[in-house]
Parts: sequence; C-alpha cells; structure tokens
Amino acid sequence: MGRLALNDLIVDVPGRGSGRPLALAIEPGQIWGVLGPNGAGKTTLLHTLAGLRAPRAGQVQLAGRPLGDLGRREVARRLGLVFQERSDGFPATVLETALIGRHPHLSPWQMERDDDIALARDALARLDVAHLEQRLVGTLSGGERQRVAIATVLTQAPQLWLADEPTNHLDLHHQTSVMALLAEQACSGRAVVLCLHDLNLAAQWCSHLLLLYPGGEACWGPARQMLVPAALERLYGQPLSTAMIDGIPVFVPTR
Amino acid sequence: MRSLALPLTVLALLGALALGLAVALGSAPVGPSQLGAVLVGQGDDLARTLVLELRLPRALAAFATGGLLAVAGALMQVLLRNPLADPYVLGLSGGAAVGALLAMLAGLGSVLVSGSAFAGALLSTLLVSGLAHGTGSWTPSRLLLTGVVVAAGWGAVVTLMLAISPARALPGMLYWLMGDLAYARSPLPSLVVLSAACLLAIPLGRSLNVLARGSLQAAALGVAVRPLEWGIYIAASLLTAIAVTMAGSIGFVGLVIPHMLRLVLGNDQRLILPASALAGGTLLTLADTLARTVIAPEQLPVGVITALLGVPTFLYLLHRSR
Repeated sequence: MGRLALNDLIVDVPGRGSGRPLALAIEPGQIWGVLGPNGAGKTTLLHTLAGLRAPRAGQVQLAGRPLGDLGRREVARRLGLVFQERSDGFPATVLETALIGRHPHLSPWQMERDDDIALARDALARLDVAHLEQRLVGTLSGGERQRVAIATVLTQAPQLWLADEPTNHLDLHHQTSVMALLAEQACSGRAVVLCLHDLNLAAQWCSHLLLLYPGGEACWGPARQMLVPAALERLYGQPLSTAMIDGIPVFVPTR
Repeated sequence: MRSLALPLTVLALLGALALGLAVALGSAPVGPSQLGAVLVGQGDDLARTLVLELRLPRALAAFATGGLLAVAGALMQVLLRNPLADPYVLGLSGGAAVGALLAMLAGLGSVLVSGSAFAGALLSTLLVSGLAHGTGSWTPSRLLLTGVVVAAGWGAVVTLMLAISPARALPGMLYWLMGDLAYARSPLPSLVVLSAACLLAIPLGRSLNVLARGSLQAAALGVAVRPLEWGIYIAASLLTAIAVTMAGSIGFVGLVIPHMLRLVLGNDQRLILPASALAGGTLLTLADTLARTVIAPEQLPVGVITALLGVPTFLYLLHRSR
C-alpha cells in the first residue's frame, strides 16, 4: 500500500546545516501538512520524497522498499506529485495534459485507450475544468491551470499524493473543494502530503503536521498537538491571534 | 486521440507524388506511361538509365536527407524544450563543414570529403556535450548556449578557411556549404536509418510527449529522464551527421517542417516524428527538383531553395502565432 517511511532523512538544502533528521511514517488515510516559512525546504522535501532529488542522508521507503530500488515508472504508478511551478514549452490542450497522468500505467507500445480518456475526463470534471477540455493550457488563468495540474495527478490515480501548495491561485470555493478532494482521497485509503502556507487550511484539513524551521530544525505529530500558537509564532516569526470556530482553531496574524 | 493513419497516409501520398515528379522532370522529361514501364522493369534504355541510375537515387537521397533533418529537428526541439531549435543549433553542421572543407583543401576525393564531414560532425557533438556537461549540471539552456557558441566558433573557422583557400577550390566549397545533392548516390543506408528512427518513435513517443512538459514533470511521471535525453541527443546528432555528410548543410528543413506540422497536427510525437520524416523528405525532394530544373543545365544549391522557401514560411508562421 501507500505507506511512506522517512528513515532518519536529511533533505539536501544547499548551504544549510543538517538539522534534525526526519523519522516518521506517512500512513494510508493520513493527511500531512508541511508548514514552514519561505526557503525552509518544503519543496525540496517533497521532491526528495518523490525520488526526484537524492537526500543528504537517510532513506525514503515506499511500501517497504527504498525509493531508489523501485524504478521511476514503478514509483510513478504509486506516487503522484502536484508541482508548485509548471513550465509548458509546447502548446497542449487541457485534455492532453490530464492524459499524461496515464503515462506510467501504459506500456510503451500502448496508445491511450477509451477508459484512459474517460478517467481524464472524470478528473477534469471533478476539478471543474471539463468545459475547458479543448483549450490550450497556456491560455488558462492561474487557478484553472492549478486545477488542471491536480486533475492530471487525479488521472494518474496514485496511492500517495504529494502536493506543493495545491491551493495556490485558487479562489476560496475551489480551495475548499480541492482540500475536500484530498480528504476524500485520504478517506479511501490513500495518503496525502501537502505543503501549505495557510494555517487555517492546515488546521481544518490535516491530520498530521510537520513544521520545518529555517535552520533545519523540525518537529512533527498529530495536528491537534502541533497547532500551538507559540510554536507557530516562532515558525514564522509572526505574532498571531487565535480564536476557535466550531472547535477548530483559527489563526490571524496581528500587526 | 487523433488517428495517426490519416495524416500519415496523406503525407506518404504527397511524398510519392514528389518522388514521381523528381524522376519525371529534367532535361529529358519522362512521361507517366514511360515511368510506369521503367518501374515494372520495361521501357527503353535511355529512360531506364535516366530514371534508375540518375534521377531515382538522387531523388531518394534528397528524400532521405530531408526526412533525417526534419526528424532531427523535431527531436532537438523536444530535447531543448524550445520550438525554435533546429538540427544545426548545437554546432553540428559547423563541425561537419570544417571537416569537409579541410578534406577539400587537401584535395581529397568525394568519399573522403564525406568521411571527414562525418568525423567533424561527431567531433562537434562530443565537444558540445562534453563542455555542456561541465561540473555536473546538464540543463537544456546550458546545452543550447554551449552549442550556439561552439557553432559561432566553427563559423569563424569556416570563414578563415574560405579566405585562405585557392580560388579554384572555392565554388566546390561554397556549394557544399549551401547544400548540394549532386554527389549523393547511395541513399539506401540513410533510408534505413530514417525508417528505424520512425519505428523507434512509436514506443518512445509518449515518453517524449511527457518530456516536452519539462524534465521534473517527466521524472515524476516515471520517465527515466537522463537516459532518454542522452538517447535523443545521440540520435538527433547521428541523423544530422548522416544528412550533412550526404548533402552538405541544408537549412530550414529541420526548423520549419516540425513547426508547420505542430500547427496543423498538434504535438503528439508519435505522429509528429514520422510525419516530419515524410514532410521533410517531400519538401527536399521538391526543392532539389527545382534546383536541378530552374536554370538547367546549370544547378542551384538546394540549400538556397529551402532557405528561400523556408524564410518567408517561417516568418509568416511566427507572425501568425504571436
């Protein structure tokens, strides 16, 4: 299954000390939020978890096997990554973009079949971008492109989702519906890791949190235990006011 | 998805038509009925010699060269994630030109000129890949910059050699530099290489499609990026080297053909690569036929024709695409 274990992992952020090794396991059904200020290494951590970067020390295990032992294709069948930044060198339509999510599941000689296209269409509909199917991705708004990127990973259908600020560029309604989609993925036995900047989304949706401090220090645990105002104020160097709404803490930065 | 069969069939028919025109036209025209007779092994001796020994090998060589250049261009564009890349952008034709001109200066025969051009092309490929590799990072922009600078260096060497060459050697050198199919006689090996490249495009095409979205995205979707990039680089260099060796440096086929096809057919490499082979071959066959016949019995360098056709077409496409 999609269990991801970090065994004394030290992420290789250039020019930084090693800090505290990460030793934790991301289990199916959990939603992990990664919080930290700019440059704390959140994106680098996600790329390391996806096997796109080598760690400085330690190991990442996916379903009990070291990431390096699994081929890239094998990893891509189980683990999907929503990137924070996207480049598109060549024009491509929204449907073609979502369809590349099927790449790891098809053999080299196979063309995309009707059920692959149906999966992609379902994913686009789930993200509210089905009406843009034939549009070129380059002509979409930032929020629409973000939703197409998430639809691509939904088409990929991994056991483990890694998402780098998935609510970037999204309006309030779509922020909530994307978080609901990820929660639904977790409920159906998949695991989710998110980098987030929004403490309130983290408080509302994440089951676990990992706080990354700029110097490489880190702490982690169930969300309820991690959402301590003093720790969060130290994380961002920003005073916060806290309120409770419907039993969920809400954080507002104070001037 | 779009069907591959229809556009490829249309392009193959156009290619056959261009080849037919190329063997029919010339100082002594061969009519359709005579052509048909020759192709089934009959017809008179003059027509047989004209078609089978003179025009068909040259037409096939033109077709192969155009196809190789267009496929190499399409591959380079995916490798560098840059729709404006062409097969020569990494300095390959410059290396080949220096090799060819050196052999001509030494008074060597055409076989050795070809061999020397091939060696120059490979040397340039190794030079650019070695320098771009540098201290480890191997990014498309770094490869592109290295190639452009090495190409500028080769350009200076070519100019220097032209400046110090004896006057009687100059016409041959200039014709080589502008592209010339007059000495291309054995198209079979290059046709085989071209077919192999198109066959490989089918299983590799989807990986190339993903790679065109960026190397990180491709890696996240299960593509072994580094081996694939090296494979594309070596394949494109080899195809270009074969084309340059056969016909000198012919511009614009490798740039314009993939670009035009993408505008019409989209950007699925499983379609674009074989389509580039057919369309590039067709264009160069037609251009070479024009080069032979416009001011017959004199011949124009075919590179001039492709550039004269290619420059306005490309400017038009660029203008239209905003």
